[in-house]
Amino acid sequence: MSMIAGLIDYLRGNEKKSAVVAKERLQIILAHERAGRGTATPDYLPALQEELMAVIAKYIHIDRDSFKVQLEKHDQYDVLELNITLPDKKNSRQ
Amino acid sequence: MAKVIVVTSGKGGVGKTTTSASFSSGLAMRGNRTVVIDFDVGLRNLDLIMGCERRVVYDIINVINGEVSLKQALIKDKNCDNLYILPASQTRDKDALNLEGVERILNELKETFDFIVCDSPAGIESGAFTAMYFADEALIVTNPEVSSVRDSDRILGILAAKSKRAVEGLEPVKEHLLVTRYDPKRVNTGAMLSVVDIQEILRIPLLGVIPESESVLQASNSGTPAIHLDKSDVAEAYRDVVGRFMGEELPMRFINEKAGFFKRLLGGH
Repeated sequence: MSMIAGLIDYLRGNEKKSAVVAKERLQIILAHERAGRGTATPDYLPALQEELMAVIAKYIHIDRDSFKVQLEKHDQYDVLELNITLPDKKNSRQ
Repeated sequence: MAKVIVVTSGKGGVGKTTTSASFSSGLAMRGNRTVVIDFDVGLRNLDLIMGCERRVVYDIINVINGEVSLKQALIKDKNCDNLYILPASQTRDKDALNLEGVERILNELKETFDFIVCDSPAGIESGAFTAMYFADEALIVTNPEVSSVRDSDRILGILAAKSKRAVEGLEPVKEHLLVTRYDPKRVNTGAMLSVVDIQEILRIPLLGVIPESESVLQASNSGTPAIHLDKSDVAEAYRDVVGRFMGEELPMRFINEKAGFFKRLLGGH
C-alpha cells in the first residue's frame, strides 16, 4: 500500500479494516461451532441438570452457579460429569 | 488405484462446477483417464459448463435404476480425449440418488478411470452428502467471504465425521483448499480476507488460488471449461492447481496485485 493511503488511514483515526473484522468474527463463531460439533449437547441435558439439582437441594443448599453438568465425548466412551461446588461450612444449612 | 475426488463447498455459487469442469479437464489433459460426475440432481449444470448439454440422453439416475448401462450414459468430452461426463438427472429428485447405487457406479468406473471427480451440489443435504461420502480426497472451494468460509468449515466437519473413510475408521479424506474469486487488489486495501487469513481459519493445505476474472463468465457463456481459455489468468491458475494436485511444487501465483503500467515501466513488480 502506498504511503498516501497509509496517511489517509492515519488521519481517519486508523479505522479497522473490514477484512480484519471478518477474520475476527469468523474465528469466534467457528471456535464456538467446532466446540459443539460431534459433542452436540443431548436434548435431555438441561432437564437432567434441573432434576439433579432439585434432588441435591433437598439435602444441601447450593447455588445454581456452583452446579455444572457436562457431557464429554472420548473415542471409546462418553463421560457425564457433575461438578458441584459445596458451600463453606459456616454458610451451609445444618 | 482410481481416486475419487469431491469438489464441495457447502455454499452455492462459489465455483464448484467451474472448478469441477476445469480440474477434470486439467487431469485429462495430462493423460489421466478422468470422469466427472454431476451430483446436482434436479439442477444439473455441469453439462452446460462443459458444453455438452445437447448430447445428454441418459443420466446417473437411469444408470442407478438399471435402465441403461454406464457406457450408454457417459458423454465423451469435446476437448479432451481422456475425459467423460456423467450428467445428473434434471427431472428426478435428490432421493433417487442412493448410496448403494452410487457405490455400484463408482466401483464400475474405478475399473476404467484414474480419477473420478464428483461435482457436489450446494448445501449439506442428501445430494451433497452422497457426493462426498465415497471421496478419497476433497477440494474445498471457498470464496474470501465470511459465509463461504463458515460453510467450508462445516463441510470439513462433515467430511471428518460422516464420510465413508471416517465411518470405517480408514485414513481420513485428504483435504485441499481452493480459494476462488480472489481479488488481490481488495485484499491489499483490507477489504477482503487474504488467502493467509482463510488458511489460518480453515487449517487445511492450500491447493491454489483462482483470481476473480471476467473469463469465467466468458467460459461458461461458450460452454468451454475455463482452463482451455488462452491467455487467461484463470486458465493458468487451474493448470497450476492440477499440477500441484499431481505432486508438482509450483509457486502460488495471482495472489499479488498486478503491477500497473507505470510500475511495470519502472521495473516494479
